[in-house]
Amino acid sequence: MNMGMVFALMGAALATALPGIGSAWGVGIAGQAAAGVVSEDPDQFAKVLLLQLLPGTQGIYGLLVAFITLSNIGILGGDPVKDTATGMLYLFACLPIALVGLISAYHQGRTSVASIGLIAKKPDQFGKAMLFPAMVETYAILALLISILSVSGI
Amino acid sequence: MSDLDYIYAVARIRVKEKSLLSDDDIRRMSGMENSREILGFLSDRGWGDGSPEEDGSRMLETEERKTADLMKELKADPEIFRVLSYPRLYHNLKAGIRELCSADPPDHLYYDIEGFGREEVRRILRDKDYGALPDHMRKTAQRALETMLRTQDGQKCDLIIDRGCLDACEKAGRESGIPLLADYEESTVAVTNIKIAVRAQKTGKDLKFLKEALCPCRTLNTDILAAAAVSGEASLRDYLTNHGFAEAAEALKDSPSAFERWCDNRIIDAILPQKRNSVSAGPLIAYYLARENEIRMVRILLTAKANGFSEEDIRKRIRKMYG
Repeated sequence: MNMGMVFALMGAALATALPGIGSAWGVGIAGQAAAGVVSEDPDQFAKVLLLQLLPGTQGIYGLLVAFITLSNIGILGGDPVKDTATGMLYLFACLPIALVGLISAYHQGRTSVASIGLIAKKPDQFGKAMLFPAMVETYAILALLISILSVSGI
Repeated sequence: MSDLDYIYAVARIRVKEKSLLSDDDIRRMSGMENSREILGFLSDRGWGDGSPEEDGSRMLETEERKTADLMKELKADPEIFRVLSYPRLYHNLKAGIRELCSADPPDHLYYDIEGFGREEVRRILRDKDYGALPDHMRKTAQRALETMLRTQDGQKCDLIIDRGCLDACEKAGRESGIPLLADYEESTVAVTNIKIAVRAQKTGKDLKFLKEALCPCRTLNTDILAAAAVSGEASLRDYLTNHGFAEAAEALKDSPSAFERWCDNRIIDAILPQKRNSVSAGPLIAYYLARENEIRMVRILLTAKANGFSEEDIRKRIRKMYG
């Protein structure tokens, strides 16, 4: 196996691992807040569940980019990477979603916790409460787009 | 515990905050005919144990117990509530010394505190077993009891205990590492210092008394406050106006009840920002203090109604609520 393949696989691994870590953290803390609200007011289950799930999307985005990468580098399909430069290209193409996914999931988790607190006090403000963590999602989507376009263009 | 360990607890507290009494609720209760009507209103809001023969004091005891049980259930850092319980511990110490040195035992004056109730306090004081007391209380208890036995001066004894309590609260808040607790204890000590200075000025106490009673804190220079109190009400008001307590000076000029109301409202103002905090122990502490505040407010209302106060008189005593 050449170094190019190592770098390409490293890109796929980072795209899966870093947003996955961020999502696990974000969904975890939002879940704690959601459990707190539901233990006092079970009627809010559906609303707080949606807010809990929002930081989980980064993990899915990372998985998607990793899947496309593996399909291009000869693991799940495509031609194997033959040189170091191409491997580095895959690594750098995966970095936007890897890094932005990690950081945005962390912050989206915290914003979801705050929004769950808002639902706890004012259940009728669900629409507004959803918007705050959804704003953070924008940057994860931008990073996902760049990673997909880059990986597909190599 | 880290701030993030409180996420579950804070979310529960957010739901609980919805059932706190608001300013409107208090105003509504103040306009009710009698204490029975107030108890009915509170019972509809879920207060008490639901039994029809429940009286006011039992309902308030039930509510205090509910708050304490909730805090235990939320597994908040016990250190926080240990610090907040200092005034009650020192109150029991005061009651114990009075009982020991008095022919008429005032047993109803004790707070029911696990491990520091009437029996424990009486035993410790009787045996002079100061080592069984918390560290912060030992010297104060010894000094207060010896002073009381030697002089039978209840006022002097209270002064020693009150000062010991303020010192302990200020130190514990400062060393807790929890910003809200530090701010709350600092506010409490500063407000209590101002109260002491105002009362001392009105009763003509000397500088020696004030220096012994006032507890040094970051917000106030107690030496200058003591000197201002001795110089007269105008000097005291000037000091307060020029050192960030202009509202206190205004309230003082207005009436004693307006000043007392300012003192309590200032404490609530210190905890209000916790309504916007999603993590940390701050919202739990704020909820606990808010519950104490509303229980105190209801007690004022019930007492006022039982003594036939007019609605206008009651409204003058209404404090700001957290809910």
